[in-house]
Amino acid sequence: MTTATAPPRARRLQVGLLLQRQGALIALVLLVVLGVLRYGDRFATGYNVQSLLADNAKYGLVALGMTFVIMTGGIDLSVGSVVALGGVVAIKVSQHGLVAGLAAGIGVGALVGIVNGWLITRLKLQPFIVTLAMLLAVRGLALNVAHTRAAVASSESNFQKLGDWSAFGLPVAAWAMVLAFVGGAAALHYAPWGRQVLAVGGNVDAARLMGLPVARTTFSVYVLSGALSGCAGVFLGSQNGSVDTAAGQGWELSAIAAVVVGGTLLTGGIGSVLSTLVGVMLLQLIFNLIVFENSKHVLTISSYWESVIRGAFLLVVVLLQVRLIRRRSATGRAA
Amino acid sequence: MGDRPPLLLSMRGINKQFLGVPALVDASLDVARGEVHALIGQNGAGKSTLIKVLTGVYRRDSGTVELDGAEVEFHSPHAAQLAGVSTIYQEVNLVPFRSVAENVFLNREPKRYGAISWRRMNADAAALLERLDIRVDVTRPLYEYSIATQQMTALARALSTEAKLVIMDEPTSALAEHEVKTLFDVIRRLRSDGISVVFVSHRLDELYAVCDRVTIMRDGHTLEDRPMSAISRYELVSKMLGRELAEELSQRRSAVQTGVEDRVPVLEATDLHRGRALEGVSVAVRSGEIVGLAGLLGSGRSETARAVFGADPLDSGTIKVDSQPVTIKSPRDAVRHKIGFSPEDRKTDGIVPQLSVRENMTLALLPHLRRNGIVDRHRQAEIVDRFIGAIGIKCSSPEQPIRELSGGNQQKVLLARWLCTDPKLLILDEPTRGIDVGAKRDIQVLVRQLADEGLAVLLISSELEEIVANSDRVVTLRDGRAVAELVGDDINEGALMQAMATGAAADTGSPV
Amino acid sequence: MTQGAVQTPAADAPSATVRSRARMREQWKGYAQKYGALATLAVLFLYNAVETPHFLTKQSLLFILLRQAAPIAIVAIGMAIVIGTAGIDLSVGSVMAIAGQVGATIVLHDHPVVLAMAAALLVSAVCGFFNGTLVARYGVQPIIATLILFIAGRGIAQLITGGELQPLANPAFQWVGLARPGGVPAQVIIALVVAVVAWLVMRLTVFGRHVLAVGGNETASRLAGVPSARVKLYAYIASATLAGLVGLIAVSANSASDANNTGLGMELDAIAAVAVAGTPLTGGRVTVWGAVVGAVMLKLLQNTLIAHGITKEVAQMIEGVVIVAALYLQRHES
Repeated sequence: MTTATAPPRARRLQVGLLLQRQGALIALVLLVVLGVLRYGDRFATGYNVQSLLADNAKYGLVALGMTFVIMTGGIDLSVGSVVALGGVVAIKVSQHGLVAGLAAGIGVGALVGIVNGWLITRLKLQPFIVTLAMLLAVRGLALNVAHTRAAVASSESNFQKLGDWSAFGLPVAAWAMVLAFVGGAAALHYAPWGRQVLAVGGNVDAARLMGLPVARTTFSVYVLSGALSGCAGVFLGSQNGSVDTAAGQGWELSAIAAVVVGGTLLTGGIGSVLSTLVGVMLLQLIFNLIVFENSKHVLTISSYWESVIRGAFLLVVVLLQVRLIRRRSATGRAA
Repeated sequence: MGDRPPLLLSMRGINKQFLGVPALVDASLDVARGEVHALIGQNGAGKSTLIKVLTGVYRRDSGTVELDGAEVEFHSPHAAQLAGVSTIYQEVNLVPFRSVAENVFLNREPKRYGAISWRRMNADAAALLERLDIRVDVTRPLYEYSIATQQMTALARALSTEAKLVIMDEPTSALAEHEVKTLFDVIRRLRSDGISVVFVSHRLDELYAVCDRVTIMRDGHTLEDRPMSAISRYELVSKMLGRELAEELSQRRSAVQTGVEDRVPVLEATDLHRGRALEGVSVAVRSGEIVGLAGLLGSGRSETARAVFGADPLDSGTIKVDSQPVTIKSPRDAVRHKIGFSPEDRKTDGIVPQLSVRENMTLALLPHLRRNGIVDRHRQAEIVDRFIGAIGIKCSSPEQPIRELSGGNQQKVLLARWLCTDPKLLILDEPTRGIDVGAKRDIQVLVRQLADEGLAVLLISSELEEIVANSDRVVTLRDGRAVAELVGDDINEGALMQAMATGAAADTGSPV
Repeated sequence: MTQGAVQTPAADAPSATVRSRARMREQWKGYAQKYGALATLAVLFLYNAVETPHFLTKQSLLFILLRQAAPIAIVAIGMAIVIGTAGIDLSVGSVMAIAGQVGATIVLHDHPVVLAMAAALLVSAVCGFFNGTLVARYGVQPIIATLILFIAGRGIAQLITGGELQPLANPAFQWVGLARPGGVPAQVIIALVVAVVAWLVMRLTVFGRHVLAVGGNETASRLAGVPSARVKLYAYIASATLAGLVGLIAVSANSASDANNTGLGMELDAIAAVAVAGTPLTGGRVTVWGAVVGAVMLKLLQNTLIAHGITKEVAQMIEGVVIVAALYLQRHES
């Protein structure tokens, strides 16, 4: 056994792993190449890239939070409603200034996360149902705060400017997303907290035996997810100037899809922040490409294909993951 | 043994009860510095409870634990680790998806400027493993490596915490032969470094190969603490099982049925192989016969049962039912061939806790109770009532959830689950474990009665007495092999222990 | 109560009074779990009977409350079966949309009504087969397995008609959504029939017993020869087929098939209905009538709150709290 190299079955596994880990990136690159080749300069314009990034920023932030939650083996279904609540609250508070609005949006999201985390770690309730109930309750709260109307930012406040500002050619929202992802990746890789998140999701019993703060770690990911979703709501509001009653609806499932397509294992323990970004981009790019294709008036693809293609991506990734898990349990339990 | 080094660990007078049931009674464990100490005993003898008391999983009710001369009380396994007591579990308790290095250093990652220093972490982990003579790419995820390497990783983790005492809970059960050798080399190296090891295993050869001293436990008591060299295998087994040779051998019914020998076997399993768990087990059971499957824990008893029933896949081997070769790939196949199996672990593998006695009893029979797709409730009730009466199941009504029944009554329901399917062969894995004396007798009498009526029974038990008193024939397993077969009046505890301990029956000792 | 014979001989540790008190608490908890939703429903009903004018009229009860609750109840019954196997089905809303589209499209092409309905239900069953295969054969977590169709399914439904609203005017086809045989809305009757059939199936058939066994202890069930994969597969097919039926009801009642909105959010309503009825989401128990009561109770709660000037939004918040409370009550089980 000395000088054990990775056994041969692991090599075959590596191909699967590469596909599973980097499949989304490969697909993304292929789609970008396709876009550039087929739609040429119009696709590669700064404007298109900018708007793609700005649009994606909101989804990216939500998906980032979801990534951490899923890495611990949990799930957060309340994010879509938190987006709405964060946006509404930010707009209301932004009368007192942009910063106050931003802080309020993020803060109220974190608050929801605290409630989620408390119910899950203290009362030991199932994350799925807890966050499902919060999905309902928080949407109700958001609508209530907004008086069942679209919340519109007053034109006097500089709230909307947050959506318009850009620095070094990129909108603020895109910067925020980039920063959040870089920070998230660094925290995952270089901070003990990141390792704890993965350990809790990988084997909660082992994590406990190793003395990791399991409850605290679990709690923290829900708070983070809430705060990031609140932040996404702020950008949504500032970009559109308003938050309508349906804002953020279904985002939880898109976020889960992006996370899973990115290659984060739904059962927890494996994952990468940057591949979630790839997953988000990939799923959004499909939509973008369909728009371009239709504008060429050669082939008209219904935009409804978008969700079908997303579903198909999810299916492929899930099946790849199943293979991986089976291998693992086979090696883990063998002989 | 005057030259025994000073004690590192001393546990004295440990008592622990669970819901009023004593699990440890005045138990003790002394381990000297640099000593490899075997801790042995049957299931339920209290080994793991004692270990869990030591490592802070359980709180003791009374007694003292001294480590390095100072009294200690750990409130969590983590606290125990910090004090130098690390445990390597049978099922490796690490995080499979993380890298080897991460698993070694989780929660204690080397840092630089506040951030994890991966370079140092990987280098340190590689160095630690090298100390154990293991050279692997520590950046690969753990699950890519063999169980042996995973255990070494756990060991490296223990060493990195400056462990003084390493507890190994059946570390070899999942290892291949050459991996066991490596592990032993490592254990010897630990010993020469002055680190103590508590070694839990059921494989006698291993105990004698690597251990210095042994503590034997039975029924929550500590029986013996002796140098390994001062106790024979035979004595070890008899102490562990609680059967002294001098003791009157339990009387067995000598009325072996006449003519059974001539019948065609209902089950003929030949040369079963599955990893290291089964390395050539053959067993045959005729109708009207109770065949005991004896052996120490980990000898392949339950594995044989599960393999025959299709619960675990076989690497090789043939199974014949009524002389016809059959393929049994799943329990459903086995049920189709009229085989029943009452598993060892009633709670996780046997009962469906929320369901009623009625539901649990007829679970295997259900497809046959179907009339026009509907369960024939009338017949179901009739069958359930009949068996409740015949077997003497004590429940308030057939509708009572099974989880509310006592262990003995649960076991009777599980027996009835198979009996009502009118099986040809019934495999009973520890049918009387953890149940009270009355229910135990009931079950044993019932099984004999059924056999007399023509049922073939494969009986697995870790209690020699039960095997001896109830079997017409006994196949003894040792380290995954069938090593001896005893028939009729040759069956006695002495011969069985001999076979379990050394692999040869005193008299007739030829493998099947 | 039913003690005596069944106590384990061992434990004599806690004193009898402590134990009986604990037992009583357990029992209360059991009642709360079992009948909490029903009791809430009864209280709400009585309250409305006294306070709300015209509540006890046929119009109000049959045509508002029950008619609104019926679709949720039907889907919740299928959901309860899936949850009984320790699974979950997020795709019901999308399957509703697909079934509605398929049925409406076929009928609008002047094919027979029976064909349209059969095709819609068949397509739904295929969706269930897809979900069930992923869960039972490939071992994909139910949440994710059904999330795939949740996402893709709506797109498929939209593609059938290019997302256009299809107005319907076919009384035969729309019977399920509009007819009032004997003055009772057809969907209420259908819900009742589905509930009775499901209840009988769960109670009387081998499949029904197998669902509970697989959800309660899959290992033990497999060792007893239960075909656990097939049981799960059937459960997902049942859930999807019932969702398809409700899809037909929905498009009929609206006199239009609308792929964008049919069944939107239905998965949440159905799960909530099952959860408030005290069915543990960990599997092993199916209460068909509980799902029905849960659906009616949540609807009545909503209507009551709204009738009292409490906004729909606050009502939704209260619904969330009710679900968490129900979950909290079940917590110590298993």
